[in-house]
Amino acid sequence: MESNTDMTKIQHEIISDFMLFDDWMEKYEYIIDLGKDLPLINEKYKTDEYIIEGCQSKVWLHAALIDGKMDYSADSDAIITKGIIGLLIRVMNHQTPEEIASSDLFFISEIGLQEHLSPSRSNGLVGMVKKMKIEAIKSLNQ
Amino acid sequence: MQIPPFNVREIREQFPALRQKIYGKNLIYFDNGATSQKPQVVIDAINRYYAVENANIHRGVHYLSQRATTEFEASRIRIQKHLNARKSEEIIFTKGTTDSINLVAFSYGELLNKGDEIIISAMEHHGNIVPWQMLCARKGLVLKVIPINTKGEIIQEEYDRLLSNKTKLVSVIHISNTLGTVNPVKEMIKKAHAVGAKFLLDGAQSIQHMKIDVADLDCDFYVFSGHKVFGPTGIGVLYGKEALLDAMPPYQGGGDMIEKVTFEKTTYNHLPHKFEAGTPHIAGGICLGTAFEFLSTIDLIESEAYERELAHYAEQVLETFEDLTIIGTAKNKTSVVSFNVKGLHPFDIGTLLDKQGIAVRTGHHCTQPLMDFYKIPGTVRASFAFYNTKEEIDFFAEALEKSINILR
Repeated sequence: MESNTDMTKIQHEIISDFMLFDDWMEKYEYIIDLGKDLPLINEKYKTDEYIIEGCQSKVWLHAALIDGKMDYSADSDAIITKGIIGLLIRVMNHQTPEEIASSDLFFISEIGLQEHLSPSRSNGLVGMVKKMKIEAIKSLNQ
Repeated sequence: MQIPPFNVREIREQFPALRQKIYGKNLIYFDNGATSQKPQVVIDAINRYYAVENANIHRGVHYLSQRATTEFEASRIRIQKHLNARKSEEIIFTKGTTDSINLVAFSYGELLNKGDEIIISAMEHHGNIVPWQMLCARKGLVLKVIPINTKGEIIQEEYDRLLSNKTKLVSVIHISNTLGTVNPVKEMIKKAHAVGAKFLLDGAQSIQHMKIDVADLDCDFYVFSGHKVFGPTGIGVLYGKEALLDAMPPYQGGGDMIEKVTFEKTTYNHLPHKFEAGTPHIAGGICLGTAFEFLSTIDLIESEAYERELAHYAEQVLETFEDLTIIGTAKNKTSVVSFNVKGLHPFDIGTLLDKQGIAVRTGHHCTQPLMDFYKIPGTVRASFAFYNTKEEIDFFAEALEKSINILR
C-alpha cells in the first residue's frame, strides 16, 4: 500500500529504538528526555482554546495545514505525557491529511504504552490523538 | 472470642494480592484509600456462595433460598453488632457510600422544605457534595460549606456560625480521603443536635481504620462501602436511627420493599426492606459479613495505632526530601499521606512509581474543591492499611527518589 509508507517507516524506527531498553524505567527515562528536549508549542497557543482537558494532565494542541501537509504542535503539563506527544508528533507531523485520517498508530502498543492511550487513563492523550485526526479530516474538507 | 495480638506478618499472609509481582517487582499497595485488598476468607466466601449457596432471598420455600436468606440476614446482624447499632433493622444494604448518601439525600430530602439548610465541609468527597447540590436544586434548599484551615482542619468556629435552627442536616467526612484528617465528629454531632439538625457521617475512610460505635458517636446516619473494608465491591451500608428511617419515604420502588401491591394502593414493607427494592447484591451482603468476621480477628485499637505510626513514619521519611510539600498536616491524622514535589506533576511521579511496583493514587481524589483551596491540580497520595509495613515505606522512598531524579 502506497499511503502511510512514511508513517509506517517512522513507527518501525521508534519500535526499534525502544527495543534497546531492557526495562520500564529505561523506556520512561527516554520518554522523559524526549519530553524535556522538545519545545512543542508556541506559547500563544497554550490557552483554553487549544486545551484538551484530561483528569490527570492537560494537553494543548495546535494544528494547521501547510502546503498540503499537517503541521502539529502540542504541549502538556506532565512530562511523560509531553514525551509521548513528542512520539506522536514525530509520526504524524508533516504527513498528508489523508494519511493521518486513515493511520493506524500500531507503535503505541508495540512499545508498551497503550495504557496511556486507554480511555480510562484520562491524561488528555486520547483526546489529543482524536483531535489530531479530526483536524486532518477537517482540512480534507476545506 | 480471644483476639490475637496484632501481627502484621500474619495479617499479610491472608491477602493473596499482596504476594504478587508487577513489572517484575514486588507489589507495594499504597492505594487503600481507593479500595482495600481482600483476605482469603472473603475470596473463599464469594466462591462458596456462587458454587453452592446461590439462590434468591426472602421469597423461596426451598433449602438454598432459606440458607441464603439466613446468611444475608446474619451478615446484617454481624454489621449491626460491629457498629453497635441498636437493631439490625437500622442496617440498610446499599451499593456503597455514594449510594447510601444518595438514598438519604432523596428520602430524607423529601421531608425538607424550601429555605432549609444543609451543611457540609470544604474537604468533602464529590460523593458527599453532588447529591446535596442536586437535592438543593430540586427542593430549593441552601447548601453551606464549613471552611478549613491550611493544615486541613475544619474551622470549628465557622461551623458554630453556620449552625442555626434552619440547619436540617450536617454531612461530613469522618476521615478525609485526600488529607487523612480525622475530624472531631463526636463534638460536631453534639453541636448539630443542639440546633435540632441531623448528622450524616461519611465513614468511607473510617470504617477500616478504627472501631466505630454509632451509639457512642450518636450520629443519625453512618455510611460506608464494603470494598474499602476488605469486602466485595458493589455493596455498602447505610446505618440510620430507626425512628428517622421509619419517618423517611422509600427511595426506590420494586419487589421486596412492598407489603401489599394493588393498582389502587401499595403499602410498604417495614425496615430494613423498605429501602432495599429488588434483588439485593446477595453475594456482596453475605461476604461483607465475612469481611467483618475477618475484622473481628484484628485488634482494632492496635491496628489503628499501627496505621497512625505508618502514616507518621511516611511523613518523617518524606520530610527529608527537598522541595516536597505534604498536603494536609492536621494534628489528628491517620493512614493517608498526600504530597507534591515542586515543579513535578503528580501524574509523572505516579507513573514512575507504578513502574517500580508501587501503587499510589494521583490526581484530585474526587475532591476538586479541596484542590482549588490548596491551588494545586492534584497530589500524589499514599494511603495505608494495617497490612502495610515500614519496609514498604522505605522502598517507596527509594523509588520516589529515583523517580524525582529521572524527572528533574
